[in-house]
Amino acid sequence: MFDFGIITGWIHTQLTSVMSDQLAIFLECVIVGVLLLLVYVIVAIIMIYMERKVCAAFQCRLGPTRVGPWGSLQVFCDVFKMLTKEIITVRHSDKFLYNLAPFIVILASVMAFACIPMSRGLEILDFNVGVFFFMAASSIGIVGILLAGWSSNSKFSLIGAMRSGAQMISYELSVGLSILTIVVLTDTMQFSEIVMRQADGWFIFKGHIPAVISFIIYLIAANAEVNRGPFDLPEAESELTAGYHTEYSGMHFGLFYVAEFVNLFIVSSIAATIFLGGWMPLHIPGLDGFNAAMDWIPGFVWYFAKAFFVVWLLMWIKWTFPRLRIDQILTLEWKYLVPIGLANLLLMVIVVVFKLHF
Amino acid sequence: MEPSAVWSDAGDGMFRVPVSSFRTLAEKLRNEEGFDFLRSLTGMDWGEEGLGCVYHLENTVTGENVVLSTADADRDNARVPSVHDLWKGANFNEREAYDFFGIRFVGHPDLRRLFLRDDWKGHPFRKDYDMSLNPLNMENEGNEDEAPSYEMTPDGGYILRRHPLFEDQEYVINIGPQHPATHGVLRFRVSLEGETIKKIDVHSGYIHRGIEKLCESLTYPQTLALTDRLDYLGAMQNRHALCACIEKAMGLEVSDRIKCIRTIMDELQRIDSHLLFIACLSQDMGALEVFFLGFRDREKVLDILEQTTGGRLIQTYNTIGGVQADIHPDFVKKTKEFIRYMRPKMREYQEIFTDNVIVRKRLTGTGILSREDAISFGATGGSGRASGWACDVRKRHPYAMYDKVDFEEITFTSGDCFDRYMVRVKEIEQSLNIIEQLIDNIPEGEWQMKVKPVIKLPEGSWYTAVEGSRGEFGVFIESRGDKFPYRVKFRSTGLPLVSCIDTISRNAKIADLIAIGGTLDYVVPDIDR
Amino acid sequence: MRDYIKGLFSGIWSLLTGMKVTFREYFTPKITEQYPENRATLKMNERFCGELVMPHDENGSNRCIACGLCQMACPNGTIRITSETVTDPGTGKPKKRLVKYEYDLGSCMFCHLCVNACPHHAIEFSTDFEHAVFTRGKLVKTLNKQQS
Repeated sequence: MFDFGIITGWIHTQLTSVMSDQLAIFLECVIVGVLLLLVYVIVAIIMIYMERKVCAAFQCRLGPTRVGPWGSLQVFCDVFKMLTKEIITVRHSDKFLYNLAPFIVILASVMAFACIPMSRGLEILDFNVGVFFFMAASSIGIVGILLAGWSSNSKFSLIGAMRSGAQMISYELSVGLSILTIVVLTDTMQFSEIVMRQADGWFIFKGHIPAVISFIIYLIAANAEVNRGPFDLPEAESELTAGYHTEYSGMHFGLFYVAEFVNLFIVSSIAATIFLGGWMPLHIPGLDGFNAAMDWIPGFVWYFAKAFFVVWLLMWIKWTFPRLRIDQILTLEWKYLVPIGLANLLLMVIVVVFKLHF
Repeated sequence: MEPSAVWSDAGDGMFRVPVSSFRTLAEKLRNEEGFDFLRSLTGMDWGEEGLGCVYHLENTVTGENVVLSTADADRDNARVPSVHDLWKGANFNEREAYDFFGIRFVGHPDLRRLFLRDDWKGHPFRKDYDMSLNPLNMENEGNEDEAPSYEMTPDGGYILRRHPLFEDQEYVINIGPQHPATHGVLRFRVSLEGETIKKIDVHSGYIHRGIEKLCESLTYPQTLALTDRLDYLGAMQNRHALCACIEKAMGLEVSDRIKCIRTIMDELQRIDSHLLFIACLSQDMGALEVFFLGFRDREKVLDILEQTTGGRLIQTYNTIGGVQADIHPDFVKKTKEFIRYMRPKMREYQEIFTDNVIVRKRLTGTGILSREDAISFGATGGSGRASGWACDVRKRHPYAMYDKVDFEEITFTSGDCFDRYMVRVKEIEQSLNIIEQLIDNIPEGEWQMKVKPVIKLPEGSWYTAVEGSRGEFGVFIESRGDKFPYRVKFRSTGLPLVSCIDTISRNAKIADLIAIGGTLDYVVPDIDR
Repeated sequence: MRDYIKGLFSGIWSLLTGMKVTFREYFTPKITEQYPENRATLKMNERFCGELVMPHDENGSNRCIACGLCQMACPNGTIRITSETVTDPGTGKPKKRLVKYEYDLGSCMFCHLCVNACPHHAIEFSTDFEHAVFTRGKLVKTLNKQQS
């Protein structure tokens, strides 16, 4: 497997040879930041395009076809349109918080995005409590959504924000529990380390039953975390018109929109990382030729393929099911997912203690 | 009957009751004679005889019908006792009559205007109404926060009371007029406690076009064009009702071929409407997949209709004494194809939507409309049948070919959203059965009877009802012997449905309100007329 | 407890059934009509009511006798007929002749009453459905070809 650390290390030595260490690190940070945002935007564009095409296919439609070949330039046009739109401020709204909210949401999203190891040597934020950091960073988004609903001076927004508060804080628990199950299996919280441990088999295979259960719980809870699928209550367009971002327009709305899609990608790639082996290629024990061939495919291709597969899975769910009601969402979490998640954690501990995993 | 009631037999005939003894008679009919269903309440301006109302009552047990009318000769201060406590459906109908005629219903708890603006001057359906009173008003309409009511004092006078609609501290949100889930410009003011609904105040009239008023200045063939625009998902049935009413008044019996074509068209229209119902309900609940499936299948019906009638939504097909054109040569073949196509598709809807656990959990047990309330509100159609009330006009008062075909009237018992949904699903199958029985046996005959170029109805009044896509659609015509109707009233299928929404959605969640609105299946232009 | 587990699995089963349906739909042929591209092949039903037209024969003459029945039948004044009285050279009797037949597509309800009223089948509905214009005035059309 190719290690991007060689390239980054080479760049670092080249830079330090012409300037001081601090300056080199500062420069590297700037470059990494810019690259991160670039990847973020590219992922957002791919996600929006994919959403349109996939949802269209599920609904017997073609999706965008007009702009560019197969409508591929549609998203760029949309972004351009959104950039040119006026940002409306609502009378009697809390101007400061109202303008701040979308940035909090996007900030949380970018911070969570930075945690994901895309390939060997391509980890940006990678330290020994990476899982913790990821969960903390991604939760900041709730604050942004609550603020957006509160400061808009609109009753629809407020209800949407309240719903998202209740929903996201609840489901954080299940996400945590299912990730914890894997942490028990790996005894590490560092994402790169989690991926490395899967070199001899993905956790969904190694951890068998409890891993599969926690994978499913993670998918459900993560879907709820990003306000999508059957859990899109905070924006529930047929009930609250657009929920917490009803009063936003132009690029402020665009930030919410982009963050929503990238968040979907983030949770999918976390699922890919901790359950499906991240950038690790698929290896089948015994088939050496096959394994060698798989190794030729670069890590980031594996990573993106897995992440987008999970995204597709979540889109499939979203475009199939009707929305739940607020009390059903809480019932699902507190009466089903949390107890099952806890029992599953226990099961995983037993599996690990008695070495029942592969 | 009341001794003071006078029978007049022009047209269908009706009892004329003096306004002083009307209330006691109404109470007697309701409580002792068992006339528990107010089919239609029509405000009338009888000129010299004053302003009043026509009440069409039905006993749901025996199927007896009676028509009453009452009038107050004092045109400036016309007062009629309210019957909103006897038939809950009278509540909105009396508001409508107040709005259009200025009849004050004594004892009515909430006598606001229903359709027109609160600052409207005069009452437009009066024959002495001055059209220049209300120039186009570009001002915003204020919110009327108080409900006026006229109450009788012990000494025989009347006083005006005002009741606040909402308390100061209530959290009231507007759902509508522009809202994705109200299926048109209907507005609910919803008082919330958290997510729970405490009270709903319905505002309608945003798409009121005064179609009944327009009809008074149109010849009978011209009025037909407007019915397609009431309930746009029941264009065939609406027009069928009006044509049937005019034909009844003319004493014209149409040929079997016409009846058969009309029946098939009505049922195709019903399938179209119910498919759209499934599609829109699922979309309201967030399952967009089913929305597209529904529209895809509905397209097949529309293609068949378009081929014969030349229209998709507005078909303009039935005419007085016939239909606009004979069925298209491919009609029979395409309809059979459609039946073969549609039956397996019902299975698909069941798999993806009906059996889905989320759908079941959301619809079962929410928005329960009891049988008594359904009858009292006059909530006919699928909503009434879900509550266990066998209210199908096709069975109660068979018309066209419905007494010759074999079909089942679908009824359920619990009256919740899920039953309302299931009624429609099952009715699609029944409609397919009806079409299947008729499609091979369309009798030969003429498709347009000979009618005079100028149609004049004799003096009198007539009421004809058909089973529309969402309930009993009735047409009441009063004629003075001209080529124009004196008064036309369309019994809206949707008005009783929205009038019961406050009752059935109290203590439900906002999401339930959307499901309730979706399953009640009202169409706003039909409410507002 | 039994109900809980039973409910859980039957719920999951119903969800999977639904996903099976959508998965099947994912691969069914798509129904989108690519409208402006398929203009050449798009065929309207022959009875489709697009707009009112007055067919002319090869000599450029129509069958309208300017009787005004259609104008009278129209519920909302969509048709306006201007006629003049000329003396028929053959018989020497005065006769009405059509000068201008104006039709306002913007207010037409497609109710068929004019077509039904016409004693000479001079007007009919065409299947042309592309009516978009920039101003309302352009919707008022003169149906008869001006005779020289």
